[in-house]
Amino acid sequence: MTILSVLMQVATDLAPLAKMAAAFGAGIAAIAAAFGIGNIGRAALESIARQPEASGDIRSNMIVSAALIEGVAFFAIVVCLLILFI
Amino acid sequence: MRTKLLIVTLFFGFFMTFPLMAAPASGGNETHEQEFNAGHLIIDHIVDSHEWHIATIGHTHITIPLPVILIDQGKFHVFSSSKFHHGHSSYKGFKIETERNANKGKIVKVIPGTMQTDTAAEKPIDLSITKTVAGIFVSFLVVILIFSSVARSYTRNKGHAPRGLQSVLEPLILFIRDEVAKPSIGKHYERFMPFLLTLFFFIFFTNLIGLIPLFPGGANVTGNIGVTLVLAAFTFMMTAFSGNKSYWQHIFNTPGVPWWLKFPIPLFPIIEITGVVVKPFVLMIRLFANITAGHIIVLGFVSLIFVFGKISPGLGYGVSVVSVFFAVFISVLELLVAFIQAYVFTLLSALYFGMATEEHAHAAEHH
Repeated sequence: MTILSVLMQVATDLAPLAKMAAAFGAGIAAIAAAFGIGNIGRAALESIARQPEASGDIRSNMIVSAALIEGVAFFAIVVCLLILFI
Repeated sequence: MRTKLLIVTLFFGFFMTFPLMAAPASGGNETHEQEFNAGHLIIDHIVDSHEWHIATIGHTHITIPLPVILIDQGKFHVFSSSKFHHGHSSYKGFKIETERNANKGKIVKVIPGTMQTDTAAEKPIDLSITKTVAGIFVSFLVVILIFSSVARSYTRNKGHAPRGLQSVLEPLILFIRDEVAKPSIGKHYERFMPFLLTLFFFIFFTNLIGLIPLFPGGANVTGNIGVTLVLAAFTFMMTAFSGNKSYWQHIFNTPGVPWWLKFPIPLFPIIEITGVVVKPFVLMIRLFANITAGHIIVLGFVSLIFVFGKISPGLGYGVSVVSVFFAVFISVLELLVAFIQAYVFTLLSALYFGMATEEHAHAAEHH
């Protein structure tokens, strides 16, 4: 009975739940971006260790890939910001 | 030298035509806003506004009021936003919305005789010079000043090594030409060089100017999705208008894809067409989100000081050391991000131009 009344209360005002979900979403986006860019960094460092002369080329490609992946992570951040502030 | 002087004079003259406005922040509905609200502070610094807020000394706001240009039912209204008295009065039937709803900060119509928003009426078409537009003017002036000076040095120093401002910009310009344009576009890179250079330097300088907290820097220009939308639209239109036959063929009738993905339900063409639209859209979101997120983080660290200061002044001072250190660190990171975002936007635009003008590798064997 109490669970039902709590659920009824929640169902009338979902704004706090939405904010919590937005915060979770932003956290997951941060985790995913860190995971992806960490992979890029690892591969770049390993390649530089194998062939130090190519480090300039590798560095530019690493930065470009990192920016592209960050773009996707920022999509998620923008959606969470929209939930929080609009 | 004389043109430079003229441009600088015009720039400062432009801003001096808006007499500085100092207004007391007191007033019935302002006293409860003395309470510090970090979320509101951050949002108010990110969004556009009709006046350029410079400082708040004690209870007075020092702002530069910017011109308001409205089209309402076919009639032009041009006046200074100082007539709105920071949102306390209405003028000619308009007012700046102060309630925190979807229209906050924008110009709405009032019910005549009162200060209430006329919710039934449409908002007027707003062509005002807002803070973002003024920020674009500032950035545009910086770019023109720097590049006209450099261009003149090149004609004067013909045959000599570059000196001064030339030697700062030459590596960047050659970098865009040799690392971005030539590898991505190939033979016809010269056609696109003016656009790519303008794009890169405009975004780079605008990002940097947005990081300076003092006037005339500090307007959140590239963090405004309207601005990045226009930049991405330029890229989109240039790819569309310079696409050659093999480019459009790759979109509508991709060679090498089985016929049953194209014929009854054109699945592949739909995917390719969404790709054409999504790629500039992602360019827009990437630049907007990166720059806005950077500004929000710095503002968040500074607000942290005041949030802790409310609990106890000693705690506020303690946190301020850490906060200022982190804010400086993030600002340095933002310098790097400013360059990287300008570079990535330019690189991807160059890649899209390259794909649009690519001579098909095996165009000889025509089907």
